[in-house]
Amino acid sequence: MCGIVGLFLKDKSMEPELGALLTDMLITMTDRGPDSAGIAIYGSEVPDNAKLTVQSDTPETDFLDLKSELEKAIQGGLKIRVQSTHAVLEIQADQMSKARIALKSIRPNIRVMSTGESLEIYKEVGLPKDVASRFNLKNMSGSHGIGHTRMATESAVTTMGAHPFNTGIDQCLVHNGSLSNHNSLRRKLRRDGVHIETENDTEVGAAYITWKMQQGSSLGEALESSLDDLDGFFTFVVGTKDGFGVVRDPIACKPAVMAETDQYVAFGSEYRALVNLPSIGNAKIWEPEPATVYFWKH
Amino acid sequence: MQNYDLATGSLRELNETLHAQNHNTNQTAWEIENPKGAHAIACGLDAPIEVTVKGSTGYYSAGMNQQATVNITGSAGPGVAENMMSGKVVIDGDASQYAGATGHGGLLVIKGNASSRCGISMKGINIVVHGSIGHMSAFMAQSGNLVVCGDAGDALGDSCYEARLFVRGSVKSLGADCEQKEMRAEHLEILKALLAESESDAKPEEFKRYGSARNLYNFNIDNAY
Repeated sequence: MCGIVGLFLKDKSMEPELGALLTDMLITMTDRGPDSAGIAIYGSEVPDNAKLTVQSDTPETDFLDLKSELEKAIQGGLKIRVQSTHAVLEIQADQMSKARIALKSIRPNIRVMSTGESLEIYKEVGLPKDVASRFNLKNMSGSHGIGHTRMATESAVTTMGAHPFNTGIDQCLVHNGSLSNHNSLRRKLRRDGVHIETENDTEVGAAYITWKMQQGSSLGEALESSLDDLDGFFTFVVGTKDGFGVVRDPIACKPAVMAETDQYVAFGSEYRALVNLPSIGNAKIWEPEPATVYFWKH
Repeated sequence: MQNYDLATGSLRELNETLHAQNHNTNQTAWEIENPKGAHAIACGLDAPIEVTVKGSTGYYSAGMNQQATVNITGSAGPGVAENMMSGKVVIDGDASQYAGATGHGGLLVIKGNASSRCGISMKGINIVVHGSIGHMSAFMAQSGNLVVCGDAGDALGDSCYEARLFVRGSVKSLGADCEQKEMRAEHLEILKALLAESESDAKPEEFKRYGSARNLYNFNIDNAY
């Protein structure tokens, strides 16, 4: 199963409500995916800074003195914002790669959830309502966001198996379905030097899209070619710094409903997820076509 | 008129109340408020009652229906009127995938569009779609009539048996062993009655008929891999 929700705001005045609206949508999708949940949120950017969102299973020790130790290692300043098991590090953009290398040696158990100028990814195992309250998702603001509730079928219930997956700077992907050629594709991508951490099928899908874009494809082209190269069932929702996209496999048995008004574009695995959005009664509501890439941009 | 509000009452209580009605009931008209996309609304009814669902529903609404008339004033989620035996289900908006799947009887009317796999494995149900239908519709359809006033998607009627498929607009592609058939007087009669009963102003003469070429009925070694 799995549930997907997404909300892309056209009306800037709604941005402070993004977290609250997405949280409500996410919790409605609990019975499609009660074992893990996650959210990717595109919030405010700080000029010249990039965000590194990291996770630790032992945040009380890993995040203690992390700021000062990392500052010392990169010989530069940074800001840290701890949110339960996650921390968002704001680092000068040109020091990001240095910081990632340093982080590996000073905190080997820390895992990177996302990198980007505006993207932050929060995900954990547990009921969506617990995950949402752990990270205080309802108070987050932003221009767009994507959420996922997971019912694991292809790999273990772990934080790293939860969605969204970071596919590149400010890019993320969530998936409902199951890929059947993920083992062979993982081997092929690994041979090409792509780092894939888990046995999860979606991580392979995410790595595939990152890889295609490194080869020069646009996101739209990468999604188009996923229709040829990925075998199995999928409804993907992807996020970029200024956009939001949807693609379904040609069989399209994984459900998807979209709604659009002057204020927003919303995605839900089911209509239930959309019913509390403002003016939903007047929204244009439709089912995205199979094997068709949809994309909205600010 | 009986009224039930799903904002305050439970879905289980609603369905139990509707199941408790029999052919003698004097509570013949029901209105359901605030469906908000809930699953299995008015599922498994078996009494000559009229149920109006005011809004849009989720999975499997009005499934396994017998005798009852169910009207959904919004759109319906996947599997609406699945395995219907008799009665009538009318959706004012669109229907999601596999509407009317495996239905044995009764009439399903979709006034908007239906998505993929509409009427998959239908076994005697009549389905009238005022708009268009998606891919793989009427896959393995066995009997009954599927009437589409708009267009049909890819692979219409793949591996179908004796169901009659009528399409007014274009057919993107026909599935395996499905072909266009001659429209005879008896088919125009069937269409006329179904279009009238489903409040469509389309003319029977505007439709084309499709059905099984019957090449898959018998084992053919050349089809084996």
